[in-house]
Amino acid sequence: MLGRTANDLYWLSRYIERAENIARLLEVGYRIVLLPREGEGFHEEWRSTLESAACVQGYVQRHGELLTQNVIDYMLFDTSNPSSIASCLASARRNGRAQRTALTREMWESLNSAWLEFSAIRPATVTSNSLPELLDWVRSRSALYRGALLNTILRNDTFYFSQVGTFIERADSTARILDVKYYHLLPSSEMVGSDKDNYQWAALLRSVSAHRSYRWVFKDHYRPLKIADFMILNRQMPRSLRSCYDELTVALRDLAVFYGVRHDCQTTAESTRDLLLEADMQNIFQSGLHEFVQDFIGRNNKLGNEISTAYHFSD
Amino acid sequence: MVAAFDEMNGFGGEVRAPYRALAEWLGVQHLDTLRQKSAEAEVLFRRSGITFAVYGAEEAGERLIPFDILPRIISAEEWRRLELGIEQRVRSLNAFLYDIYHRQEILKAGKIPEELITQNSAFLPEMIGVDPPRGVYSHIIGVDLVRTGENEFMVLEDNTRTPSGVSYMLENRETMMHLFPDLFSRNRVRPVENYPDALLKTLESVAPGNLDAEPTIALLTPGVYNSAYFEHSFLADQMGVELVESSDLVVIDGLLRMKTTEGLKRVDVLYRRVDDDFLDPLVFDPTSLLGVPGIFDVYRSGRVTIVNAPGAGIADDKAIYSYIPAIIEFYTGKQPILANVETYNCREPASLKYVLDHLAELVVKEVHGSGGYGMLVGPKSTKDQIETFRAKLVANPSNYIAQPTLSLSTCPTLADSSVAPRHLDLRPFVLIGDQVRLMPGGLTRVALKKGSLVVNSSQGGGTKDTWVLQE
Repeated sequence: MLGRTANDLYWLSRYIERAENIARLLEVGYRIVLLPREGEGFHEEWRSTLESAACVQGYVQRHGELLTQNVIDYMLFDTSNPSSIASCLASARRNGRAQRTALTREMWESLNSAWLEFSAIRPATVTSNSLPELLDWVRSRSALYRGALLNTILRNDTFYFSQVGTFIERADSTARILDVKYYHLLPSSEMVGSDKDNYQWAALLRSVSAHRSYRWVFKDHYRPLKIADFMILNRQMPRSLRSCYDELTVALRDLAVFYGVRHDCQTTAESTRDLLLEADMQNIFQSGLHEFVQDFIGRNNKLGNEISTAYHFSD
Repeated sequence: MVAAFDEMNGFGGEVRAPYRALAEWLGVQHLDTLRQKSAEAEVLFRRSGITFAVYGAEEAGERLIPFDILPRIISAEEWRRLELGIEQRVRSLNAFLYDIYHRQEILKAGKIPEELITQNSAFLPEMIGVDPPRGVYSHIIGVDLVRTGENEFMVLEDNTRTPSGVSYMLENRETMMHLFPDLFSRNRVRPVENYPDALLKTLESVAPGNLDAEPTIALLTPGVYNSAYFEHSFLADQMGVELVESSDLVVIDGLLRMKTTEGLKRVDVLYRRVDDDFLDPLVFDPTSLLGVPGIFDVYRSGRVTIVNAPGAGIADDKAIYSYIPAIIEFYTGKQPILANVETYNCREPASLKYVLDHLAELVVKEVHGSGGYGMLVGPKSTKDQIETFRAKLVANPSNYIAQPTLSLSTCPTLADSSVAPRHLDLRPFVLIGDQVRLMPGGLTRVALKKGSLVVNSSQGGGTKDTWVLQE
């Protein structure tokens, strides 16, 4: 496989995963903004949403003030924002088109039709009533692509690089949500029990599609420590950091077997996975959640770079 | 102008034999059903991403090449003659290329004016003395044919560089079989689906000698923004070979290599879909940022095969075209089986005078133009357009050739309000390697506008599935 092909497949998966994560973040942000509250609390909500998506600087440069309509537009349709859903779908489709030969017909058709249908939407026609439906649609298109990938692609380097891209992106997204949204909620955790508080914790879990699975796993009320544990260390939760690294180590090990060579990236992924395996939530809180998550984001980026070098993504 | 020959009805009268089953079927179809099938076809094409880019179009990006659901049909007997004529022609073209890059016997014999070759930008002096495997220069040729009567097939143009359109031949057939399975049970249509396999065999057969292993083949594309990118990726996919851009290739230690996830890997046969100018900046165009520096040296030393060979374009140069009958005779000793269209080389004063006197009746083309750009169709042009063109012609006569406006054959086509005759041409694809392989079929291009004679997709043309019937 060409190094350029591997690079395009890796990023194609990242863009699809990112579109889905952005859709979920917007959905949650929008629900919270609809809550009755005093003053201009929605500013805080949109700021944390944009921060979680690493889009706050770009937004401020373009629009300045945080207004719901502008945030929606910037995150959905603005092609000057490389992480907007429009940009993600266009980039994913561009990569897919460049690597048409590596994709199955089902994968290509799901990418192509997602892009065609999204391009046909006129931003002005999206109302607050139709927004949730549109965000749902984005998530379903991402699921369709992942489904086509899982069901139709040969288990070779094409599949492994696609998996790696998905889980690097997902790990990064969950870590950022923890670092921003979770962190914002912590000071109010002494007020456990108030309705608003509960709603906020539920919203946080919603942003990783885990508000119902939390109940199934813990059979308990929302508790900050358990929520953090669920998002970081739980091996059942498919968007937890631990789950992402379980998948990453498998995909990278498969790549090493496929090519008959191990690189630094395999070792790095395994050591991060081991760290998550052995960590204890109490200790993480004691030594600082923020520091822990920052360290994790750094490791995740380093892994991405090592993969790029090992498999000649660009030289 | 007299009425054109119609593929289904001839010059009026009875339905021609190869079209009988289709005519019968068509007679009982409702227009609405046909329209609905046509819409279904469009959905199929759009979903699979079969698009082409149009240069200069405002909306840019991608457009669908229109597909007409009524097939064009060729009888077994007609095809047999075309087959002989095409094989004779492509063998002669390759013999001609070998000759002009070696001893130039044809120039010595005075059959072609020497300056037409040596002063021609399509002639590459760098190719002199190079010996491509099996002596083949143009491995993939698209021969553009037009028809004006029952037995009048003529060659309008040879495409010996990087002919495109074969993916449409294949996808048109797929779509037709999907939409009209019953039509295929009434007609014995020869399959074309093994084209990718035949192409792969051809490419393998011209690999450099002395390889230790099976040759590694790659398809070189200018990239995703090229108008034929869909076709490039389609063919690479069907053959199971890497689709590379020039940035994926590098010359190291005298070999062409591609950059893979496992490091550098040797490439033995490069099916390139880029022009000569963008192959090697060291040799052809020093200002180009595209291309693979040093690839031409590897080629010259026989360690990679480039398909089609650099310099093969001299054989389809429009200034050479009128000499093709002489070329065929020179190398085969026989008369051409397929005729040329009468052509005036405006570089010759007598021809220029005739052309200037008859501009309103002629088709005038740029010698180096393609895709239907920069041409004048006299009978379809206004006085102003003709006068503007006259000025260009007078300023630079050797840049133009002219041909009579042919009454291209027509074929029933689904038009706005009914099924109506539209003009068309035919591009069969032929492969030359260890043997000559001609697909029974080709790309039929159809001018969708009533009365239009320009079939190019960039000028509003569409395509049809092309059926060659079994004996």
